[in-house]
Amino acid sequence: MSDPSTSVLIALTVITAATPLVFAAIGELITERSGVLNLGVEGMMLVGAVSSFLCVHVYGSAPLALLVGMAGGMVMALLFGFLTLSLQASQVATGLALTIFGTGLSALVGQSLIGVAYGGLPKLHIPVLSELPTVGPLLFQHDVLVYASWLLIPAVSIFLKRSRAGLVLRAVGDSHDSAHALGYRVIRVRYFATLFGGACSGLAGAYLSMAYAPMWVENMTAGRGWIALALVVFAVWQPGWVLFGAYLFGGITILQLHGQGIGINVPSQLMSMLPYVTTIIVLVLISLNQGRVRRNAPAAIGQAFHPTT
Amino acid sequence: MAGSSLVTMQNITKAYPGVLANDAVHFDIGHGEIHALLGENGAGKSTLVKVLYGLLQPDSGSVTWQGQAVKLSSPSVARSLGIAMVFQHFSLFESLTVVENIAMGMAVPATDNLRKRIIEVSNRYGLPLEPNRDVFTLSVGERQRIEIIRCLLQNPKLLIMDEPTSVLTPQEVQDLFVTLKRLASEGVSILYISHKLDEIRELCDAATILRGGKNVATANPKEESAQSLAALMIGEDIQPAIRTNQVKLGEPLLALNQLTITSKSVQNMSLRDINLKVHAGEIVGIAGVAGNGQDELLSAIAGETRSSGEMIWLKGEFVSYWSVGSRRQAGLCAVPEERLGHAAVPSMSLSENAFLTGFHRQKLRTAGLVSAGRCKKAANAVIDEFDVQCHGPHSAASSLSGGNLQKFVVGREILQAPDVLVVSQPTWGVDAGAAAAIHKALQGLAKNGAAVLVISQDLDELIAITDRIGALCAGRLSKLYATTDVDAQQVGQLMGGTHSLEVVA
Repeated sequence: MSDPSTSVLIALTVITAATPLVFAAIGELITERSGVLNLGVEGMMLVGAVSSFLCVHVYGSAPLALLVGMAGGMVMALLFGFLTLSLQASQVATGLALTIFGTGLSALVGQSLIGVAYGGLPKLHIPVLSELPTVGPLLFQHDVLVYASWLLIPAVSIFLKRSRAGLVLRAVGDSHDSAHALGYRVIRVRYFATLFGGACSGLAGAYLSMAYAPMWVENMTAGRGWIALALVVFAVWQPGWVLFGAYLFGGITILQLHGQGIGINVPSQLMSMLPYVTTIIVLVLISLNQGRVRRNAPAAIGQAFHPTT
Repeated sequence: MAGSSLVTMQNITKAYPGVLANDAVHFDIGHGEIHALLGENGAGKSTLVKVLYGLLQPDSGSVTWQGQAVKLSSPSVARSLGIAMVFQHFSLFESLTVVENIAMGMAVPATDNLRKRIIEVSNRYGLPLEPNRDVFTLSVGERQRIEIIRCLLQNPKLLIMDEPTSVLTPQEVQDLFVTLKRLASEGVSILYISHKLDEIRELCDAATILRGGKNVATANPKEESAQSLAALMIGEDIQPAIRTNQVKLGEPLLALNQLTITSKSVQNMSLRDINLKVHAGEIVGIAGVAGNGQDELLSAIAGETRSSGEMIWLKGEFVSYWSVGSRRQAGLCAVPEERLGHAAVPSMSLSENAFLTGFHRQKLRTAGLVSAGRCKKAANAVIDEFDVQCHGPHSAASSLSGGNLQKFVVGREILQAPDVLVVSQPTWGVDAGAAAAIHKALQGLAKNGAAVLVISQDLDELIAITDRIGALCAGRLSKLYATTDVDAQQVGQLMGGTHSLEVVA
């Protein structure tokens, strides 16, 4: 196997930077498509990160740790769902509270884990394909979560566009009253969507603590949950554009670091702004298309559903 | 009829906090029968129908379907028996396509096979519809077709239609009746809810009349007059509005001069070269099928959309650039079509809603602050004057029934004594008694020297109360005619896009 070139190495760091964003954003996309706005992504990610890292530290099993990370995110999502869907609390306030709660809870649980070392998720080399020059190391020598994030995008896309469950999900997010009138279980659909969002956020967190870092650091998500939330809106709730946005953001983050590294004469604060500014501009341009917004934006987002009539 | 009954509802009782919506109601419909359900707003029609469709569980009572006792625990149970329903407020999903919407209501996937069946049914029953269109681009009439086709695809035995004609042109109504009669002849029973008594007399074989949640009569509408049916519904005779003959016209108070507004989005119709003068003392009517520029015209006149140049004149001043508030202050009030969310804020109380449009013309503030007492008084005035059924000025707008809220939002503007009143769909979904009251109030306003512009899809209403009439089609306004000189058929032509009639009697 030939040594990968510098540009391939940079591309690999872009992939690792983008992968947690893809997970968190695609989970939130499904949640929001059902009409639920969960602002607690950051908190769910942190709980996912700490619970998976704790699990791998205690039991040493990476697959189990990933499942536990997902479960951690889902428990947080369940809490959110119970408060907003069953008790009809405000989604915005509850989501913000969930982030604050998740930050504190993960810090508490993770106290003993600070400084603990872990080797990271094993890389899975796809036979034959991973031997290809350039393309091999770029696409076929990753850990399981990177492949999963790539498969998740078309899967969610097909689910939304082609499957009956996806149709019901979109319909519930468009008008819960109409869906209820037709006899669909609005609250149940929203619970499932919220739990899926929690599982994805948990996995995004698990990726950070088990593959990206790999270690536990307090508040290690560093705002990625909020970026994921923004990506969903600017990608107009379309999985393909979420992938694009995540890689654009990840790409510019890494490139500006390298730019700073080789000493481009621009204040570093400006360089650090670059990923945010570029991503927002590009995705705003995408969302200018009125028809696209009308087709994909969940009209009932953030609204509590009272099944009275 | 007991032997041939398709469905029999007995002793249906349903109570809401403070209201007995259905009080031991009986209802019976035979195979292939077109049966009307009549009653004022709040008479319990919707409750009864929701029970029949499985959306509500009655407190007591039983339902028998083809001789078998059934429990309609959910709409899917009702659907599986063969009950289908076309809602008044369509239960459609705007962001989905036609075929996806139909798939949602049928528990089948949105496949090419379903597309084919949609085209088949739409051709068979004369309901043209393109399966792949996004619903948010469709007109109200087209949206109703989706609901009807969705029902027909399930081969229903009972089709429930809630106020189906309130948004259709006379021609579309006739087409719908042909479709419904054809369905009935094929053995489908139709439960038809409407306020339009003439339609019921033309279409229906039987009528069940509810008042205050109780059965008051079962009648054969073909043997009754519209007057006698209305009397049964309301429990007293109503005096329909009668056009006061040729009023003396005053100055033109509102003038539109080549009003042209180019729409920036697909959902809105552009307005083209609209010329119109409304004089003091007259009511001018604008007919047209929904989606032909009515909303755009109203918002241009009210000031929600600004126009350019000297397109809009109010009492001799051009106001194209003025805000809604300045126009109100100058005497131009408007009532938009959508009651909840446009004319009134759903979660706010009636007195707060009275303030929102009233503070320009009425003294509702003290020292710059909202005066709760004065707002309450203003709201109470509307409630008393227009007989709005509610718990008082503190009730939330969303807690009122559609008809009562309509009376409130129209009454609120009328009591501000505007010089020019523009009102869209003043009696949509309002019962006959309330409609007559609103009509009389509009006429009273005109008689006192105001210029009134009524935009409506209800042709009977326009012909009954207006002095001059024209129609909007694709954003253009036809020539206006004295209402006494034209009949419904001719206005129908104008609605269809004819600019001026060749021969006017």
